[in-house]
Amino acid sequence: MNTETNSGRARARTREVLLAAVQGLALAVAVLPFSVLFLVLTLVSVALIPIGVGLVTTPPILTAVRALADKRRELAAEWCGVRIPSVYRPVPAGANPWTRTFAMLHDPQVRRDLLWLPVDMTAGFVTALLPAVLLFYPFEGFAVAAGLWRVLAKDETYWYGFVPVTDQPSALGAAATAAVLLVAAYRLTPRLLTAHFTLTRAVLGADQGELAERVRVLTETRRDAVDTSAAELRRIERDLHDGAQARLVAMGMDLGTIEMLLDKDPAQAKKLLSQARRSSAEALEELRDLVRGIHPPVLAERGLGDAVRALALRLPLPSEVSVELSGRAEAPVESAAYFAVSEVLTNAVKHSGADRLWVDLHQAGDLLRITVTDNGRGGAVIGAGSGLAGVERRLGTFDGVLAVSSPAGGPTLVTMEIPCVLS
Amino acid sequence: MRVVLAEDLFLLRDGLVRLLEAYGFEIAAAVESGPELTRALAELEPDVAVVDVRLPPTHTDEGLQCALRARRERPGLPVLVLSQHVEQLYARELLADGSGGVGYLLKDRVFDADQFVDAVRRVAAGGTAMDPQVIQQLLSRRSAEDRPLGNLTPREREVLELMAQGRSNAAIAAQLVVTERAIAKHTSNIFGKLGLEVSDDDNRRVLAVLAYLDHDH
Repeated sequence: MNTETNSGRARARTREVLLAAVQGLALAVAVLPFSVLFLVLTLVSVALIPIGVGLVTTPPILTAVRALADKRRELAAEWCGVRIPSVYRPVPAGANPWTRTFAMLHDPQVRRDLLWLPVDMTAGFVTALLPAVLLFYPFEGFAVAAGLWRVLAKDETYWYGFVPVTDQPSALGAAATAAVLLVAAYRLTPRLLTAHFTLTRAVLGADQGELAERVRVLTETRRDAVDTSAAELRRIERDLHDGAQARLVAMGMDLGTIEMLLDKDPAQAKKLLSQARRSSAEALEELRDLVRGIHPPVLAERGLGDAVRALALRLPLPSEVSVELSGRAEAPVESAAYFAVSEVLTNAVKHSGADRLWVDLHQAGDLLRITVTDNGRGGAVIGAGSGLAGVERRLGTFDGVLAVSSPAGGPTLVTMEIPCVLS
Repeated sequence: MRVVLAEDLFLLRDGLVRLLEAYGFEIAAAVESGPELTRALAELEPDVAVVDVRLPPTHTDEGLQCALRARRERPGLPVLVLSQHVEQLYARELLADGSGGVGYLLKDRVFDADQFVDAVRRVAAGGTAMDPQVIQQLLSRRSAEDRPLGNLTPREREVLELMAQGRSNAAIAAQLVVTERAIAKHTSNIFGKLGLEVSDDDNRRVLAVLAYLDHDH
């Protein structure tokens, strides 16, 4: 029973070793010409870009290189279970050849593809060939020991590996070496093929650390965003429930009483009427505040620049607002930026002891950059539970960042940057 | 007095029409969008326009923009702007040309029909009607650092607030239950303390006060 399992395992292993050797050999022989060819084509094509021809030829060649790399990724997963991630940027549809070519050449994944070509035709070729060599070379050693040495070592010493073969005993030495090599092949061959794909992954694969970091940040900011919006909804529900809703109920009750009192006690009815009117005004006031907290009307009507101007006008401190934006950002970004500015300004008014504030909004490339400066006492930090930590979280959802420079004695400078496209 | 009314919500438009008609106004047109308002203002030449800030089709500050445009083409065209929220920013834009005949009120002010109608009449006559909230915002921003304002007595402050809203001495006197002469005295004291030139013209007086409150140091 035990022996049967053992021999079964040995057979499976032998098959595995043979397969790895054959696969490696096929890979080395079939793929090498492609790597060389594509590398040469790419170099020539890129060199021809200045005269225009390259603009037409480069995209299809890079696409072919990508196909070759994709095939290798496929084999890596299929043969050795090595997963090689690929993150190509989408090429803008209908772009002109110039944009297309440079968009592709700027793609880090395409650059990794191109770097991979020379690596693949050298180190890649050797590592692919190694399993086959390791497996088939010992058989030559046995053949030498079996009598081939008479032919090979007729005139001069024949070197089998590091063993000089001149006669039968030394030929047996070669056989012994071959036996050691065969054992090594039996043990190592599949792992060697895996090594080839690992090498491929190292060159071709996107930076795993970078990706992992990105995933971590996204997970965190998504959780923050979900938490924040859930908390916001709870707050709105509570405000409506205890505020406007309750006031409308009271108003309804008052109106009912008024209806009853109208004939019996007009004076009392009149008193209640004015109370009902007050309730409705208060309900409106509360709804107005609530709306301002959800999405300020000026923001909807005028966009970020004027909304921040209107915000500054509501502050108890004099302030200067300068805006240089060529268009409007997407609504969620506008809203996040607005509330971030609002929080920073509130913070400054409450804690800085400043008597003047400056807000600057402008576009810096693909970034919306906002700076809020005050001439207060400084010492502001992004600490746990502080308003600024909340701002950082809010901006994080949009890949925005917050930086605070606030030396003791002031001034405090809060800079916020949010990637966005204005339209 | 002929009124052009622009309000997109049917219930409010209908209510305003009924209210204004009950007080003897003639509704020349009651429209529900920006382009219609622009056309009505150009063709009907009303005595006053009552306009909601937010109108279709953009649902931004289309009403305000139409009103400002119409006033540029016909300076002094009386416009009373209504909104669910008041912003100093918008008040400033309405007052910028300094020609009067401007109102800016929260929609809630319609609840007090007498005062609302008074505001419409005042604007139509070239006066000013600023929402108490706008004035309060201006004052709260000012008083923290403004010496002259700090020197006003509580009563003078009250008078200043009502004056800035655009009320006449008579109206202020009625509201505070004092004589018109007493208000006139307060007014000249206020102007003295703020260093403003006293003017008999009600409208110029209001604009001077608003300009004082809104100017940045």
